[in-house]
Amino acid sequence: MGSYIPSNETQRQEMLDAIGLAKVDELYSQVPSDLILSGGPNIPEGKSELSVSRLMSKMAEENVVFPSVFRGAGAYRHYIPSIVNAIVSKETFVTAYTPYQAEISQGILQSIFEYQTMICQLTGMETANASVYDGATAAAEAVAMCRDRKRTKALVSAAAHPDVIETIKTYCWASDAEVELIPVKDGVTDLAALESMLDAGTACVYIQQPNYYGLLEDGEKAGETAHGQGAKYVMGVNPIAAAILKTPAECGADIAVGEGQPLGMPLSFGGPYLGFMAANKAMTRKLPGRIVGETKDSNGERAFVLTLQAREQHIRREKASSNICSNQALCAMTAAVYMAAMGPDGMKEAAAQSMSKAHYLASCLGKIKGFELMYKGEYFHEFVTGCPCDSDELLKHLASKGILGGLPVSDGILWCTTEMNTKEEMDYLISLVKEVCG
Amino acid sequence: MDLLFEKSIRGRSCSLLPKCDVEAATLSKDHMRQKELPLPQLSENDLSRHYSALERRTHGVNNGFYPLGSCTMKYNPKINEAIAALPGFTQIHPLQPDDTVQGSLKVLHLAEKYLCEITGMGAMTFQPAAGAHGELTGVMLIKKYHEVRKDVGRKKIIVPDSAHGTNPATAVMAGMTVVNIPSGSDGCVDIEKLKEAVGEDTAGLMLTNPNTLGIFEKDILEITKIVHDVGGLVYYDGANLNAIMGVVRPGDMGFDCVHLNLHKTFSTPHGGGGPGSGAVGCKDFLTPYLPKPHIGVCDGRYEQQYDCPQSIGKVKAFNGNFLVTLRALTYIITLGSEGIADAAKNAVLNANYLMKRLGECYCIANEGICMHEFVMTLEKEAKEKGVTAMDIAKALLDKGIHPPTMYFPLIVHEALMVEPTETEGKEVLDEAAEAFLSIYRQAMEEPEWIHHRPTHTPIGRPDEVAAARHPVLHY
Amino acid sequence: MNNPSNLKYTKSHEWVEFIGESTAKIGLTDFAQESLGSLVFVNLPEEGDEVTVGESIGDVESVKAVSDVYAPCSGAVTAVNEELLDAPELMNESPYDAWLVELSNITDQEELLSADEYEALCAKEE
Repeated sequence: MGSYIPSNETQRQEMLDAIGLAKVDELYSQVPSDLILSGGPNIPEGKSELSVSRLMSKMAEENVVFPSVFRGAGAYRHYIPSIVNAIVSKETFVTAYTPYQAEISQGILQSIFEYQTMICQLTGMETANASVYDGATAAAEAVAMCRDRKRTKALVSAAAHPDVIETIKTYCWASDAEVELIPVKDGVTDLAALESMLDAGTACVYIQQPNYYGLLEDGEKAGETAHGQGAKYVMGVNPIAAAILKTPAECGADIAVGEGQPLGMPLSFGGPYLGFMAANKAMTRKLPGRIVGETKDSNGERAFVLTLQAREQHIRREKASSNICSNQALCAMTAAVYMAAMGPDGMKEAAAQSMSKAHYLASCLGKIKGFELMYKGEYFHEFVTGCPCDSDELLKHLASKGILGGLPVSDGILWCTTEMNTKEEMDYLISLVKEVCG
Repeated sequence: MDLLFEKSIRGRSCSLLPKCDVEAATLSKDHMRQKELPLPQLSENDLSRHYSALERRTHGVNNGFYPLGSCTMKYNPKINEAIAALPGFTQIHPLQPDDTVQGSLKVLHLAEKYLCEITGMGAMTFQPAAGAHGELTGVMLIKKYHEVRKDVGRKKIIVPDSAHGTNPATAVMAGMTVVNIPSGSDGCVDIEKLKEAVGEDTAGLMLTNPNTLGIFEKDILEITKIVHDVGGLVYYDGANLNAIMGVVRPGDMGFDCVHLNLHKTFSTPHGGGGPGSGAVGCKDFLTPYLPKPHIGVCDGRYEQQYDCPQSIGKVKAFNGNFLVTLRALTYIITLGSEGIADAAKNAVLNANYLMKRLGECYCIANEGICMHEFVMTLEKEAKEKGVTAMDIAKALLDKGIHPPTMYFPLIVHEALMVEPTETEGKEVLDEAAEAFLSIYRQAMEEPEWIHHRPTHTPIGRPDEVAAARHPVLHY
Repeated sequence: MNNPSNLKYTKSHEWVEFIGESTAKIGLTDFAQESLGSLVFVNLPEEGDEVTVGESIGDVESVKAVSDVYAPCSGAVTAVNEELLDAPELMNESPYDAWLVELSNITDQEELLSADEYEALCAKEE
């Protein structure tokens, strides 16, 4: 049996003696006896570390790791600099608790302060919090931030990620608040339709940039439209794209959110990821979750603390605007290390290459009949093409060659490239597509 | 200590990416970023040194005793980290076809199976990313249950005043109103007050057992019956499961749904504040409402089932914090049936022993046996000598011991909540007891001394008032 | 404790200054600011809001706690002291100058205490 209990039998007996009990089971004398499980839970016996290692490694081997990935749709395979894992696997960072005791937590607090700063630099916004669970919950929390007594309805672009839409819907249903989807036209949010949907009860408009189909939205016009009717403007942005795209701040966003996974987190079958949230000055105190601030200590030295805590649940309880307690601290540190390692030039390079490779692949695919681009607009690193043959068969064939192809969507296939895809890989992909469907 | 931005030197960088091997694509001016991107410019050596310096200013479980009540800071096994780093788990895209992710689906399936056994539930989801997130999901299940039954009047969630702040906040996020019931003098649910509070408008009761004072609610069967009799459901806040896992099952106590903190009870590390995982389990009748997808087995193969018409939807993208669930499963497999129960029993043993030792000087809030944690109060010392819970906590910092949880639960004044967990040996407990007791004695003799603690930490007491009045939230 | 005699007081530790018959300014008493500790923020209602006697019209935050501010009368909010948003410390430093809210068109009001009655109440609470 595996165990992490250091005390031996003698020590345990000494402790029982000190307490004045004969057996450990007497510690549960308060518990009604028919509730006590007689034989422990019905799960297998414990194992030694070596046995566990073998068992779990076997499970890992039952997964297929694709050397070549052309699928995004909310989770992106970017290059993770080696320094990132070296730093975030340091035992002290991994095992530390939330930094409520500032005096011994300056390391964590400073790393979050640096992360907050970088998110502000990336998005152009005034304040960022210490992170929330992921991009989808960040969007849901942002929508909640915008509600007040008179304005409660959220208008969400139907071109946002389906999981983001679903999460916003679930959260709004829980709060008895209304959500309506803004229709899509030619692959982007129909801003004319948005104009007609806005009214005095609209709390916010949510647009994703780039959107689920990889296309670029008119971020500035969407903001003007929303503000024109007194609604708040929330933008969900891809953090790599943000290095070269017009920032949410430049587009007039009140709140910027997004999925931070591309900033140094591996695909991990969906988590842990990172939800970043940043707001303008007016919305700052409405941000949920933890925020780190700078101050001085009793000796006048620079010090970091969790601040504005009176917004949070442990103080406000039922009057808190959100119940969120933890953030994704280690993931926020991961993002900070990634952004620091890449630097401004590296971030721009990753963004530019991701985009360039997508345009190369799209133009090559476009030369194969039936694989033309579905939509005409400008796009970042994802795009939808048609598929003239059976997409299942095509993807199976690609998989047999170690390639995770694009994601089948209603109109065709959603392809993605990042700086990780080489020209050689893409040319090989093209040859395979021609084989099956050419 | 300087920030990364203050160490930045123009032109410094790490050379990480090769040149682009295809023609550069361009953005139209309208879409181009005009604002500068002022991220720091550093070399890898700069980064390495910076974070090593930050590490020295951080306190992990590897640095010393961490008796934070209600947080279960047990040892984080390294085998969990090794497994969570396997490329066969980290390199998997969440949208790969089911037949290419049988390993990951097996992880989720087994974790569900074993945790359902441990909690007495019928099904479990790993989508919620943290305890509070799990609470929200659990209360959503209750809300959906009443909605489906068209029982529209049920808008009240009953919460004891000893509850963690997330409980009432969660209820409000789920569109409910909170009914606070006062605890009895022993910190337990006052049965009479509960009977007064329940009615046809009761959606449910949220309860932690053992409660936040570390006491087992011995009337739990009566409590759950009272709520069920009026048609409400009972929700288990699993924050304190470490006291009873493998010994008592929430399902047997009458709870209809539970959330677990995998980063507390099941040894996954806290990471400085996350990522955690708030798995939510429920009895069979609530299963249709769980977030989608559900992991099912069909012809010996695992599959992600999205055809869940009564599901509440999704509370997060994809499948939750998968690598955290993986760590928890590795832990459960390591401990096994006997080990799970043993961990709980030793957690309770350690807590009672430490309580006995500290009781030599400190005032313990409740008499008698405690579960895995206990609460001390400095109320008398604060009145008579001006020595507060905060003071004791700050003095402990100088001894390299992370202070216990302060000022929680709210129903005890000047509270310090102590939870040693099972992964500390008796000698660590003895050493810690000595530290606590010597601080107390010195503080009673010269109270002024303690008001200046800590003095051996990287910073002194920070000015939190200034931080809140004039917030500086970025460089 | 220094409770100006020209003001009225509530059991929930607000002071009320009547300006004319149906207008009043409201603030926190010295006792209130002393027990709350250093105040860091105040959440004020909006101009134009209608308030009912006894309901919470806002709250004040210290580092570790939040406290509601209650309406001593029913009426409409005609002004809020925005200076406090940037300088919440004024509520601690000069509680009787740092008014929070001005109400007009006052209809209902709860039973208000005189300075002496309020002082007696505070003595009991201590």
